Amino acid sequence: MSEDLAARVSAICREYGSDAGRMMDITRTVQAEFGCVSEQAVKVIAGETSATLADVESCVSFYSFLSSEQQGKVVIRVCDDVPDRMAGFQRVLDTFSDELGIQPGETTEDGAFTLETTACIGLSDQAPGALINDVPVTYLSSDKAREIVRELRRHMDPRRLVHKEGDGNNAHPLIHSMVQNHARGVGAILYTPYNRGEAVHKALSISPKEVIRAIKTARLRGRGGAGFPAGMKWEFARNAPGESKYVICNADEGEPGTFKDRVLLTERSDRLFAGMTIAGYAIGAAHGILYLRAEYKYLRPFLEAQLQQRREDGLLGENVLDREGFDFDIRIQMGAGAYVCGEETALIASCLGGRGDPWNRPPFPAIEGYRGFPTIVNNVETLCCVTKILEEGPATFCEYGTRQSAGTKLLSISGDCLRPGVYEVAFGVSLREVLDLCGAEEPVAVQVGGPSGQLVGEGDFDRQICFDDLPTGGSMMVFGPDRDLLEIVENFMDFFVEESCGYCTPCRVGNVLLRETLQRVRSGGAEPQDLEDLESLGDTVRKTSRCGLGQTSPNPILSSLRNFRHLYEDRVAEAPDGRRRSFDLDRAVREAAEITGLKPVHDG
Amino acid sequence: MMSDKFTIYIDGTEIAARQGQTVIEAADDAGVYIPRLCHLPGLPPHGSCRMCTVIANGRPASACYQPVSPGMVVENETDEMLEHRKALIEMLFVEGNHFCMVCEKSGHCELQALAYRFGVTAPRFPYHWFPREVDGSHPDVIVDRNRCILCARCVRASRDLDGKQVFQFKHRGPHKKLSVNATARLKDTDLDVTDAALDVCPVGALMRKRGAYGVPIGDRLYDHEPIGSDIEGRAAEETDAPEPLEVGP
Repeated sequence: MSEDLAARVSAICREYGSDAGRMMDITRTVQAEFGCVSEQAVKVIAGETSATLADVESCVSFYSFLSSEQQGKVVIRVCDDVPDRMAGFQRVLDTFSDELGIQPGETTEDGAFTLETTACIGLSDQAPGALINDVPVTYLSSDKAREIVRELRRHMDPRRLVHKEGDGNNAHPLIHSMVQNHARGVGAILYTPYNRGEAVHKALSISPKEVIRAIKTARLRGRGGAGFPAGMKWEFARNAPGESKYVICNADEGEPGTFKDRVLLTERSDRLFAGMTIAGYAIGAAHGILYLRAEYKYLRPFLEAQLQQRREDGLLGENVLDREGFDFDIRIQMGAGAYVCGEETALIASCLGGRGDPWNRPPFPAIEGYRGFPTIVNNVETLCCVTKILEEGPATFCEYGTRQSAGTKLLSISGDCLRPGVYEVAFGVSLREVLDLCGAEEPVAVQVGGPSGQLVGEGDFDRQICFDDLPTGGSMMVFGPDRDLLEIVENFMDFFVEESCGYCTPCRVGNVLLRETLQRVRSGGAEPQDLEDLESLGDTVRKTSRCGLGQTSPNPILSSLRNFRHLYEDRVAEAPDGRRRSFDLDRAVREAAEITGLKPVHDG
Repeated sequence: MMSDKFTIYIDGTEIAARQGQTVIEAADDAGVYIPRLCHLPGLPPHGSCRMCTVIANGRPASACYQPVSPGMVVENETDEMLEHRKALIEMLFVEGNHFCMVCEKSGHCELQALAYRFGVTAPRFPYHWFPREVDGSHPDVIVDRNRCILCARCVRASRDLDGKQVFQFKHRGPHKKLSVNATARLKDTDLDVTDAALDVCPVGALMRKRGAYGVPIGDRLYDHEPIGSDIEGRAAEETDAPEPLEVGP
């Protein structure tokens, strides 16, 4: 057995050229085949790739979808995020737990099943959801969970759980998924007809500089959330010296409540790959990488086939569309479950096979990125916009949106509304219009931009969705009158604590403290001073954290303190006797009492 | 070259700086102390402790990483930065299990010294009290993770100065911890008692055995002068001193 393992793990390493830079692929493949990356596998990988044992262990321990402990043949990951909680996550999890006879985090004795919870899997519009191995299951209920376990016990094949396929390409044999697109808003990117090859053809008919000028004229800003001007990023990379250059597409949409890229990848991957190719032409890159989040693994065979088709059509590979000297191809890099990898430098670090720790900047990736070469990282939606701009011209693109925020935006809407799904709206639309669109009947609060965004109330509903007012990478969760907003805020803080890479002090420690203080408020043990502490601590985390994760992680608390302060104030009170309300004398001395055998002397 | 030299402003004071320097390097040369824990001259900057966060041209930046630029305006010792730094010190104290009164690093410890300098006497925040591993397997060295602040000085020194890779990190978020390059313990690594990695720990997480209290309490590095005094002392000496020779990169 162990010799088999060693031989097979060696072979897996060699499939990836025994390249430590392909550590993600190596460890993921080992994980898939053996149900874990065991100590012995780590040794073999280290020996084969010349990485250190500590480096391999470091990588394995960083990602949620990699494990050093033996996992079951079937791993059930129930999605624990706010929309799923609102839709019955706990009942579903309890049912899985009862039915399997294990707690979350455990594996059945026969080694058949592992039960886990996981952060948002991009199915908030059809919650509660779960991933069973790579297979997404949606609209779960207790009954469905029970049925799933019973059926799996019969055949142990998650793919056979799909009895009814979703719409559009979800029914494609290579996807074969029950996921629904819920692409509801008719807009400029999702629904317009698409002529394969047209945009790349048009790009190649002008110079790379003219392509960049077109992107600049269209005033295209990054759709991932930060809104950096795409044309400027491309220009930096084009002008940066480097014998190789890289185009990376960030398909790691991990912001809870975001699922728009899922729909783009399912229905408009061709438009995405065209955008990457155009970017490659513009900056002078021959290599593209699609960094696909682990949760979307079920789309990979389909996407690989699309890439192959483009190669056969001359749209990828050597001399694209017979253009002498323009070679461009795309490979898919799988992620392994880490929100922070949506940050562009962490994403590059992950592509290089290590921990997804963000880098210090400078240098910026456009100057020194993947393997030290100039690299642009763009969001899926941004690259789809690129194709659109080349097809129809910058002027048409700018007909939508505002001066500072040109074009349209895809919103992923979930929570308390009649029609959750993906909507394409023009930038500048008011939040109120969006709420009408999705059928939010009694919205009390909306989380705009996911946990890293803002929790806003009625007073902000007339604000505009755009980079300069209410920015969003796409996530929008609607909350009705019956929701406990502070419980929601706490769930968001759980998320940030879990997803922090742990590199810098404020994010690693500060988020734990913010959550702890919030819990104290919720449990009624806090004083007014605690609210001031939340604000000053939040400010420190925001200002001193190293990357976007920590710089935005206090937002749920800070924005709810600003917009729903009464919820906090209702739960705090001055300490009656100068003793902190959360201080419990009995509990404080219990351990000492046990050790010494002395009984505490009470006041009364 | 003349054009490579310019002026930056730290809290309103003019400071001479050179192209290619970081803010902390320029400040050190000029005798302006910017507090730091993970940064150590001679090792590549790491930017993890965030103690050296300043406002550079209006934006928060870590001084150990931020390159200077002509005319840059840096806020260092403002009330706001002071509050952030205190909070960061407190965070490190409640995250680990630090017992200064019985720690043999006391008086040499940079975390403790920073707490004294910034007047942090007791943290506002509750302690985490996570159990953390101690590894005493090595004949000459002990790793006490209760005191580790994850600054990566040892990781970098082992890699860059010793040409080994004895230390690394495992896990993420609050579970992040110092790991060693062995399937089990420190004794299974190629760490040697003379390694530079053992000289750089700012706290008492990584210590040579049998060296305790070689310097008595009262005579230790930070027993008389606060941390940073050496750097601040340079400002006084500087007045008529000739310009330092530029050596190396």
